[in-house]
Amino acid sequence: MLNRTQAPNIKDAIEFNLHLKPYDKFVLDNGVEVFAINAGAQDVLQIELVFFAGNSYETQHTVAAATNHLLKNGTSTKTAFQINEHFEYYGAYCTRACYNETATVSLHTLSKHLPVLLPVMKEIITDAVFSEEELATFKQNSKQKLSVNLKKCDFVANRLVDAYLYGEQHPYGKYTKAENYDALSTDVLKKYFQQYYVQGNCVIFVAGKLPDDIEQQLNNNFGKLSLKNHIAITTGNGRLVTEAPELVIGDKKRIVNDETGLQGAIRIARPFPNRHHPDFQKVMVLNTVFGGFFGSRLMTNIREEKGYTYGIHSYVQNHIGPTAWMISTEAGKDVCEAAIQEIYKEMKVLREELIDEEELLLVRNYLIGIILGDLDGPFHIIGRWKSIILNNLDEQYFYDSIQTIKNISAEELREVSLRYLQPEAFQELVVF
Amino acid sequence: MILYEKFTLSNGLSVIVHEDKSTPMAVIDVIYDVGARDENPNKTGFAHLFEHLMFGGSINIPDYDEPLQMAGGENNAFTTNDLTNYYCQLPAENIETAFWLESDRMLSLAFSEKSLDVQRKVVCEEFKEHYINKPYGDAASKMRELAYTTHPYRWMTIGKELKHVEDVELQDVKDFFAKHYTPANAVLVVAGNVTVEQVKLLAEKWFGPIPAGEKYQRNVPVEPPQTAPRLMEVKANVPLNALYKTWHIYPRLDKRYYVCDLMTEILGGGGSSRLFQALVKEKKLFSNIECSHYGSTDAGLLSVEGKLVNGVDMKLADAAVMEEIQRLLDEGITDEELQKVKNKTESMLAFEDMSVMSRATSLAMYELLGDANLMNTELERYQAVTAEELIEESRIVFDNNNSNTVYYFAGN
Repeated sequence: MLNRTQAPNIKDAIEFNLHLKPYDKFVLDNGVEVFAINAGAQDVLQIELVFFAGNSYETQHTVAAATNHLLKNGTSTKTAFQINEHFEYYGAYCTRACYNETATVSLHTLSKHLPVLLPVMKEIITDAVFSEEELATFKQNSKQKLSVNLKKCDFVANRLVDAYLYGEQHPYGKYTKAENYDALSTDVLKKYFQQYYVQGNCVIFVAGKLPDDIEQQLNNNFGKLSLKNHIAITTGNGRLVTEAPELVIGDKKRIVNDETGLQGAIRIARPFPNRHHPDFQKVMVLNTVFGGFFGSRLMTNIREEKGYTYGIHSYVQNHIGPTAWMISTEAGKDVCEAAIQEIYKEMKVLREELIDEEELLLVRNYLIGIILGDLDGPFHIIGRWKSIILNNLDEQYFYDSIQTIKNISAEELREVSLRYLQPEAFQELVVF
Repeated sequence: MILYEKFTLSNGLSVIVHEDKSTPMAVIDVIYDVGARDENPNKTGFAHLFEHLMFGGSINIPDYDEPLQMAGGENNAFTTNDLTNYYCQLPAENIETAFWLESDRMLSLAFSEKSLDVQRKVVCEEFKEHYINKPYGDAASKMRELAYTTHPYRWMTIGKELKHVEDVELQDVKDFFAKHYTPANAVLVVAGNVTVEQVKLLAEKWFGPIPAGEKYQRNVPVEPPQTAPRLMEVKANVPLNALYKTWHIYPRLDKRYYVCDLMTEILGGGGSSRLFQALVKEKKLFSNIECSHYGSTDAGLLSVEGKLVNGVDMKLADAAVMEEIQRLLDEGITDEELQKVKNKTESMLAFEDMSVMSRATSLAMYELLGDANLMNTELERYQAVTAEELIEESRIVFDNNNSNTVYYFAGN
């Protein structure tokens, strides 16, 4: 007779040996480095051109994001429509994104179409024209989108909490207002494009089922350009802001954004060092226990016990420079204050009580299982490498983090709780 | 080509195995043939609330998530108007844990009053977060009420109103389980680093002993053909006017479904699509515009929606959308344009199939539609669509009498 109350035997996490597939690396004629993962069963690949052109480098608000967005909206020989149609005809996706330090142009395509797509990618990163008309449309539509977003308590809370943490002058703390769009001009965008794309620092990540001549194809299209190797960033005159900002902590703010709203967006955050700090990997494990997954303390208490929210999470912001440890949730208006009290209560428990072995083993196993699944497939693997490389780390960082997950003790977790989960170090914001 | 093997247990459970030795992981996907369309019109949102309760402990196991996490796994679930899908992924060595957990909750739930109490609140917060406390959050539900008079697609998966969710009682939960959560109403897909032999043994061991129960006979009221255009005006606390339009299309397995799917790509898929180019870029009437369809099993809706540029008249914007559609009917499409949307579809399918999880879910969904192998013939169906068919079908779909329009006005 089958005993359904008895769980099947499992293999514990510590028995798994995780392996991060090494990249192939080659250097284009102009010195630009390419990191490649050749793997996968489907005939698809992705190429990501990473420029050090994020908003840390702009001297005028929103210029980095606008430049990045408008790259695809016209060159001297092609209209925005023709560019889009070219990629879409081959079923490819050419996307761009702007972050704090970096701004990217990415291509996802069936491998067979690469030769007809790379030349157009080259064209947009060397010959984008930034016409008055495209900029005007961008301004109008961005402002409209912003006006809708500003109605959402979570959107407003995310902006404000960053501004409180880093200050509005810091790249991590500033946010876009309608007048920032109005102030943009094509001249400024063209100049930014020249400096940070055409003459910019660039590194390339490519993954998927790669054609045999991938190196040659990339070199033919990007190897002759006036791009510089990203390493130049550490010795050149990059305006990258990495020093810790003046932080305002211990604040408790309540803001009413929408009188009729039914929920409040709660953000509780404290400054935190980046991945290079010796406590970082320990805190990654502690954060998992606290609010980092479905079985976390916050989720179990505030969602599964009390039903105050659909979801509550804690996480360390993904920053190259200084960062923050954040607790984030949307909860019913009448239960926001109760939810906040429970968040502090869970911090207190972590500071005062040792995590029992059963829970700790669960978190170890869960994390290892997630990483194992996350190393599955070329796009995931290159994603890991990209994070390691852009954060100036090496593969030892990956293996160290596995060791931390496998070996960290309950005492060490309480120690880091005592160091960081102090309520007075957090600031509190609720946007209704 | 996705290879798989299929067998059926004596209690009626269909099992599909898809081996992929390149991954260290295994995936279990269990799909139940029940969605919001199977709900009582006075107790809507129930199928989705029930999905939450499936995590509240089963007959022999007090908690679903913990043992799975202990085995290095993670999971989630979703409910649509048509079906409810549960999936988890874990290291392949620990696959039996997933069999144990999934089979026990198919056998029976714990039916805890506490879990129901909490999940009612959680779902109410989900309702508020996504559909009330969000600009335009109620637009989709208004459109469903307008476009469907009879079919249960009239309401959203989340439910018609908060009260329906608040009023659910434990007896409702028990009845729903007995009616819908039987082996014959489910499909089990196991994928990843597993073998067919192994899955046969485990499926027999864990799912084999579950009593067959009764096969649910779906008897959903049919939506009568629409015979006149419908218009609804809404005023809400939003910053911009928005236009929503839908037209009735065809069931998922109808050949014409594929024609309509490509039609949405031509009109609104990406930066080179017709509506975006004409109405956002050239005429500057909309700040964004999208065309899509509901992808439902029974006859769904093709939808166009967009936000108007400040100061643009609603009727003018509406007329401009119809003008573009008329242009499609009058001028037709070129072979190149048709090839473009077929290429996009080919590429989209290839990217979807990259992850073993997504392959497992697709197999389960196609099996529920009638045959898992549809997954392998899907692309041919798109390839077979001709430009003539597309225009012919557009003429029928975009008939004014088949149209539903919501003017969503900004105001306080």
